[in-house]
Amino acid sequence: MDALIDEPAQGGGAALQAPQAYLLHLADNALVLGQRNAQWCGHAPILEEELAQANISLDLIGQARLLYDLVAQRAADGSTEDSYAYWRDAPQFRNYTLLELPHRAPLVGYAQGDLDFAITITRNFLYSALMAPLWQQLSLCPDADLAAIAAKSFKEATYHLRHSRDWLIKLGDGTDVSHARMQAALEHLWPYTREFWSLTDLEQQAGALGVDGQALQHDWQALLDEALAEATLQCPPPAAGHISQGKQGVHSEHLSYLLAELQSLARAHPGAQW
Amino acid sequence: MSTTRPAAEPAAQAAALKEWPLWEVFVRSKQGLEHKHCGSLHAADAAQALVMARDVYTRRQEGVSIWVVPSRAITASNPDDKGELFDPAADKIYRHPTFYDIPNEVGHM
Repeated sequence: MDALIDEPAQGGGAALQAPQAYLLHLADNALVLGQRNAQWCGHAPILEEELAQANISLDLIGQARLLYDLVAQRAADGSTEDSYAYWRDAPQFRNYTLLELPHRAPLVGYAQGDLDFAITITRNFLYSALMAPLWQQLSLCPDADLAAIAAKSFKEATYHLRHSRDWLIKLGDGTDVSHARMQAALEHLWPYTREFWSLTDLEQQAGALGVDGQALQHDWQALLDEALAEATLQCPPPAAGHISQGKQGVHSEHLSYLLAELQSLARAHPGAQW
Repeated sequence: MSTTRPAAEPAAQAAALKEWPLWEVFVRSKQGLEHKHCGSLHAADAAQALVMARDVYTRRQEGVSIWVVPSRAITASNPDDKGELFDPAADKIYRHPTFYDIPNEVGHM
């Protein structure tokens, strides 16, 4: 159905509209990481970092709201931004699996606590290094509404990249302990970044909007190589084996718990308003 | 247990935090012509102090420019010297430019 809805816009001389599925993919990425990072509220290592993580979460949730709102407007079926954030279940979310993972590597949770800052920083870096160049490309796309959201989000992602890159280098090139933890975080998260580059309908849709996937991967790798070298971290070899499929709706077990927390209030009080 | 595993060490963390130097933060608002002191924070270096100042002090569009200055670079007057430094100016109202009108064209002074 999405394809049928989107076809006429392309052929009819009207401005090209991004497919709803692609907008939801972008929105879900932002919402899920925003919610995940908000777990640092009240637990960050220092006050300034507490505010920084909350700011980043609010940027991401703001991006998600704009995108959900656009999807709802275009769907014109009475849905709102809340319909997408609160009333869909895990298999309907199209975010990268990377973004729903807990702030800790497997097996050490009980030993090190639930929140490992190395994971948080490394994931924020890997994701913002993808999104800064992607938003930049999308800010030139023919869908004017998406382009406007992308232009705003580009500035935010650029700051997120700066923030996470700064910590990546400080901790990577820090003490033996901080270096080891950053390297472990990178190796834990690395296989999930393969999902950025696997080809699905979403990448085709992005391509139709003018996104150059090869240039994107090149930019991402260049940002990584430069920062990792400065951080004295080793970029893991290309991962083999399973490629995560969150963007196709096949998620890890962690997303449903995250959504349960996110959605419980709205579902307990349907239609409630401030 | 393992020596490489960083157990929660509040004392060590607090010590590390104390090693971070203190920075004074100055923010220039949209309308303001000068940077105004708005607070201080601990940071490992100047670049990080700038990023942290952005996150702490400009969340509500307070600023268009930030300065951070190492607190140790500031030489401050001693509060005990307040009397000899400042009281002598109290009875010299003729130093205030309040005895003539400033033309509107001059604008901000």
